[in-house]
Amino acid sequence: MKFTAKVWKFPDNINTDLILPNRAFYLTPEEQVKFVFSANRPGWVDLVQPGDILIGGKNFGMGSSRPAARSLRNLKLGCLVAESINGLFFRNSVNFGFPALECPGIDAAFQEGDVAEVSFEDYSVRNQRSGAALKAAPLPDALRKLMQAGGLFQLLETEGYVAPKAAAK
Amino acid sequence: MGMTIAEKILAKKSGRDRVAAGDLVTVNVDTVVLFDNNFMPSIWQDVLKMEHPERVVVIIDHRAPAPTIQSAGAHRTARKFVEKFKLARFHDVGGTQGICHQVVADEGYALPGTVLVCSDSHTCSAGAFNCIARGVGGPDVMYSAAKGETWFRVGTTVRYELHGALRDGVTAKDVFLHIAGTYGDHATQNVEFGGPGIAGLSMNARKTLTTMGAELSCEFATFEYDSVLADYLKARGKTGLEPVYPDRDAKYADVRRIDLDRLQPLVALPDSVLKNSRNLSEVAGTRIDQAFIGSCANGTLDDLALAARVLAGRKVSPQTRLIVTPGSQYVYREALRAGVIATLAEAGAVITNPTCGACGGGHMGVLGPEEVCITASTRNFKGRMGDPSSKVYMASPATVAASAIKGAITDAGEFLH
Repeated sequence: MKFTAKVWKFPDNINTDLILPNRAFYLTPEEQVKFVFSANRPGWVDLVQPGDILIGGKNFGMGSSRPAARSLRNLKLGCLVAESINGLFFRNSVNFGFPALECPGIDAAFQEGDVAEVSFEDYSVRNQRSGAALKAAPLPDALRKLMQAGGLFQLLETEGYVAPKAAAK
Repeated sequence: MGMTIAEKILAKKSGRDRVAAGDLVTVNVDTVVLFDNNFMPSIWQDVLKMEHPERVVVIIDHRAPAPTIQSAGAHRTARKFVEKFKLARFHDVGGTQGICHQVVADEGYALPGTVLVCSDSHTCSAGAFNCIARGVGGPDVMYSAAKGETWFRVGTTVRYELHGALRDGVTAKDVFLHIAGTYGDHATQNVEFGGPGIAGLSMNARKTLTTMGAELSCEFATFEYDSVLADYLKARGKTGLEPVYPDRDAKYADVRRIDLDRLQPLVALPDSVLKNSRNLSEVAGTRIDQAFIGSCANGTLDDLALAARVLAGRKVSPQTRLIVTPGSQYVYREALRAGVIATLAEAGAVITNPTCGACGGGHMGVLGPEEVCITASTRNFKGRMGDPSSKVYMASPATVAASAIKGAITDAGEFLH
């Protein structure tokens, strides 16, 4: 799993209510993506392109258990690389199949609009403009595979614990 | 080298002699709590089999009674699920309704030394019962329900040593605002509460502190076992308990002493609680449109009774609305019997039924554009309780009640003493 794309930068402590506000709860997952960062960065969802990379600060995704990681996945972002990722948000990233890495120093190494090369094989992160190279924290193999395979519902379906459901993307 | 409470439980439940920070462990889960959001059509996938259905509890709380057709549908799906697996522990709209973390406390579902998971972020609440509990998200809670296990990354532990006793009118919420304001987030860390000062904290006060662990982004928030907890569980007929104590030589990332007598009422400014607390005097006089007391952090009898003491014989300002949401029907009935509900209602508070309600901006107290709220609940993120332009200050139930009387942020001292 490798990503090469333009980066968008967000500050420390980005919370789940900013990614998926309560007023979008009753909408379909496809409609929920229109509300991503609508309170702190209105109009951003119209600018972001499929495959783009999100760069976050510390404790990215703090807050509630709501499926905010799924909204980022459904926005067709390539991946998230943050200084650190909130524990609950990280679980949801793994479980909804949204690739996410922790990489100390990432914030200082990138300006918005730079192009990043991110590898989930050797956990390297490179800034194409500056040449800066960083090392992200490796993921346990089991979690990387789960992330890559599309998450936990997929696994539960395969093992016969839950019924398939096309709408639950 | 010894282990902390969280490390000891993780070791025991993963079948290891010991665990250390950085380990990834698979643990047996004793209790799995599902709530209405897990049954929403956007996430629900019909469950075909479960390895340990007896471990599963279902509680209707976030939107109850149903405010929309969609949530009514989710409740219906939950009822069918309960019926299908013949689950004994079901808290539907009715006599045992409540916010799931409050119901877990009311019923004694969380026991010392056990592991409890629920998708909701405030699940750390149950750590007041000397267990490890955390929010794991929608997919993970279904995995635990199906298979009876989950994984955790072992974090380091910060211990808070509490000394002395809180002064009248200063609450566990102020202790939290002191911790969050001073130290900021506790990401990747467990929080452990102990020391002689915990003896003076009721189970309700402890639950405020552990619930707010979610706002510190901690892994687990856990209290030491003591006679206050033992008596609470004994009153609920719980026996054969396996309390867990930290080893004397446990390794902590930090040990921090808090002298409870020295704490003052604090207020967190809007948008975050991390390093954002102020002395009440710095924000006193700020006009407010709404005051709210409720949620899994502040919907207990202690919280409602303290607000009633402040409001007794007084009136909510005509420029302000005060909404009070008891944490559960159990709490509601306790408050009725104690006369607390009458006092609050006579003062002009609106008492809602138990539910998550205004805390999450879901229903029953949503804020409009530019409105200002002071809340005794869990979160004050931008837009959390309604319109993104609204502002939410966070404080104790005493401060919120006093502010409702004046229509502006006010110290409860003048009404209590």
